Amino acid sequence: MYKFVDLKRFRKPLFRKQIHRRILCVEKSEMGEDEQQEGGYQIDLGNLTAFDPHHQFSSVPDNREDLVKECIAHGTKLIQAVADALFNLPSTEDASGPIVSLPPPSTKLPREKPLPKPKPPTKWEVFAKKKGIQNRKRDKLVYDEQTSSWKRRHGYDRVNDDNDIPIIEAKMTDEPGVDPFAKRRSEKKQRVDKQEKNRLHNLKEASKVGALPSHVQLAATALPITGTQTAPRKVSKDELQNVAGMAATSTASGGKFDKKLAGEKPPKHEKKYRKFLPVVEGSGMGSLEKQQSDKILNKLMAKNSHEILNVGKAVDMYNAKSDKKRRNQQGKSSSTSSKLKVKKSPYKNASKKKSSSKGKSK
Amino acid sequence: MRRSCVAPPIDYIMLRIKTPKSLRANRELEKRAPKLVENGKKTLILHGTKTSNVLNDVLTEIYHLKKDNSVKYSRRNDNIRPFESGGETSLEFYSLKTDCSLFVFGSHSKKRPDNLVIGRTYDHHIYDLVGVENFKSMKSCSYDKKIAPLIGSKPFFAFIGEGFENVEELKHLKEVLLDLFRGQVVSSLNLAGLDRVYVCTAVSSNKVLFTHCALRLKKSGTTVPRVELVEVGPSMDFVVRRHRLPDESLKKEAMKIAPELIRKKEKNVSKDAIEGKIGKIYVPDQQVGNASLPFTPKGVKRVRREAKAKGEDNKQWEKKQKQHDDVSA
Repeated sequence: MYKFVDLKRFRKPLFRKQIHRRILCVEKSEMGEDEQQEGGYQIDLGNLTAFDPHHQFSSVPDNREDLVKECIAHGTKLIQAVADALFNLPSTEDASGPIVSLPPPSTKLPREKPLPKPKPPTKWEVFAKKKGIQNRKRDKLVYDEQTSSWKRRHGYDRVNDDNDIPIIEAKMTDEPGVDPFAKRRSEKKQRVDKQEKNRLHNLKEASKVGALPSHVQLAATALPITGTQTAPRKVSKDELQNVAGMAATSTASGGKFDKKLAGEKPPKHEKKYRKFLPVVEGSGMGSLEKQQSDKILNKLMAKNSHEILNVGKAVDMYNAKSDKKRRNQQGKSSSTSSKLKVKKSPYKNASKKKSSSKGKSK
Repeated sequence: MRRSCVAPPIDYIMLRIKTPKSLRANRELEKRAPKLVENGKKTLILHGTKTSNVLNDVLTEIYHLKKDNSVKYSRRNDNIRPFESGGETSLEFYSLKTDCSLFVFGSHSKKRPDNLVIGRTYDHHIYDLVGVENFKSMKSCSYDKKIAPLIGSKPFFAFIGEGFENVEELKHLKEVLLDLFRGQVVSSLNLAGLDRVYVCTAVSSNKVLFTHCALRLKKSGTTVPRVELVEVGPSMDFVVRRHRLPDESLKKEAMKIAPELIRKKEKNVSKDAIEGKIGKIYVPDQQVGNASLPFTPKGVKRVRREAKAKGEDNKQWEKKQKQHDDVSA
C-alpha cells in the first residue's frame, strides 16, 4: 500500500532554515530608551538628569559670580539636551498639560528597605491548590426567601443567621436531653477556635520565613523563666518515659505495681540481674577479671585503711594552703580577732586522700 | 558547665496575635512596610551640639526645598557622631521613628567648621555617609516671585565635570545628592509642572558648586521649548571632607531589584537605525514524511475500483457496510 501525495502543494523548493526579515514598523530611529548619548552628555530620563563627564575647567574664574554664571550657562546646555529628549517622548493631552510616560531611571540607587519576602501559602491555599478549588467572588447581597428581600451576606441582619432560628425540628438521630441550640453554639465556637488556631499557625509559618504582614506582631503570652538558664522545652515522649521509669525504679517494688495511664508502657527491666564476664577475652581489652577484682578490693581497702596516703599530693596541698594563708595575712591586716574568724570544719580531713587505682599496678 | 541562654523556637512559645487597635494605625504601618516599588525617601534634618549661622541657614534652606517629604528637628543632639561606630544609634532610632531613610546632619566645631553630613540608611541602619564642608553659602538671592518653583515638583539635574566620574568621593557625593533631591520616582510626568533645576559642577577634585535654579521654558520654533535657567534659592560650595562607602554585602542587598520588576527582553525583536523595528521569524524544518495530508480519499477509491475490476478477493478494499442493529421502535 502506498500513499499518494499531491505534489502540487510542494512546488516551491524549501530551504533548510528560512529566516524572513520583516520590518514590523517603520519608525523614527530610536537609539535607546533610558540612557542616550547626545553631544557627549549622558542623559538619564527617568531621573531627568544629564551628566557631562568630559568637562574640565581650564581656568577657574576667580570671581564667584563669574564661576556661577559659567556653571549655569553650561548647565543650561545640559538641561536643553534633557528637555529635547523629554519633549520628544509620546505624550497624551490632559486638562492640566501634556503627560508623558517616563522610562524607569537608569542610574541605580539603593533601596531604603529590604525586598519583601514572599508569603508562604496558608493551610487553606495548599489544600485548595491540591483539590483545584478556585476562588469565587461572592455578592454582598443575597436574596432571602423567608422575608423575600435582599439581605446582606455578613453582618447585621444577615441571611441565615444562626441566632434567628426559632424552631429546630428533631431528627431520628437526635439524643433526648441534648439541647440543639446549645449544640449549634458549641459547634460554632469550635469552628471559630479551629480557625483561630489555623490563623496563628499560618502567621507562625510566615514569621519563620520573615514574611509576617506589616500590621501583625506575634507577642509571647508566657515568657520563659529567666532564673533557670533553660527555657521550658516541650518534653518529648522518650524523655517522659525515662523520667517515669526512673520514678518507678525508685519505688520499693521497682515500679511493678504502679497504676499506669492508658498507653503507658510497663517499666523496662533487663532480665539480667548479674553481670558475667565473657568467656573469651577480646584483644583490645585488659584483663577484665583482674579489673573487676581490683575494683572490689580497692573499695574495701580504701574504706578501712588509714595508711593509704598519697604523700606527694598531700605535701603539695599543704604547701599551697600555707602559701595562700600567708598571702591573705599579708594582704589584709586582720582586725578581727581569731575567735571571730570563720573556723574551718573539724570534720574535714584534707590530708587523707584515697588512692586512685588508675594506672597503679599492684 | 556553662549553658547559654537560647530563645526557644517559635513553635514552643505561647503566642498571641497583636494587631493595631485602630484602622488608621494599620494604614500607617502598611505605609512603612517594605514594598516592591517603594515610596519616596524622606529626609531627616537635624543638627549636633553646635551650629553656626551659616549652617542654620543651610539646613532651613534644604528643609524648604524638600518641604513635603522631610522632617526637621530643632533641638540639638549631643550624642550623634555619624562617623563613629557608637554614635549612630540615635540616628538610627530617629530614622526608625520618622521612617526617614536620608538624613542631613549639621555640626560646627573648630576642627570641622560648617560640617554637613549627608547620609542614607538601609533598613534603618546606616548605609553610607558623606561629610562635606559647606564652604560658602549664599542665601537666596532676589528673584521674581512669579517664577519661584513649587514645592514638590520634580527637578532636573545637571552634573558637570569630569571629577564626578574619576574621583571616588565626588562619585559618591553625586549619588547621594541625586538621591536627596530627586523626589519620588514617577512613571508619568506632567510637562507643565517642570520648574526647577539643580546644577552641580565639580570645580576641582574636591570642590563642588551646587546651585538651585528655576526653569523657564521659552517658545522656540520646534515642539521642544528653549530652556532658561534663573538662579533662585540656595547656592553652596561643598568641599568633600570624608566619606564612608557601604559594605559590599550591604550594598549588594540594597541594590537588589525584585525579579518581577526586571523587564524581560523581547526575543527576536531588534531595532535598526535605518529600518526601525525589526523582527525575526524562524520557520522550522518541514517534515515531509510526517505531514498530515488533507483528507481526499480519491486514492483509496481508485484502488478499490481497480481491485474490484481485477476481481480479487480483497476484503480490505471493500466498502465497509454499516451495521444496522435491530432498533426497537
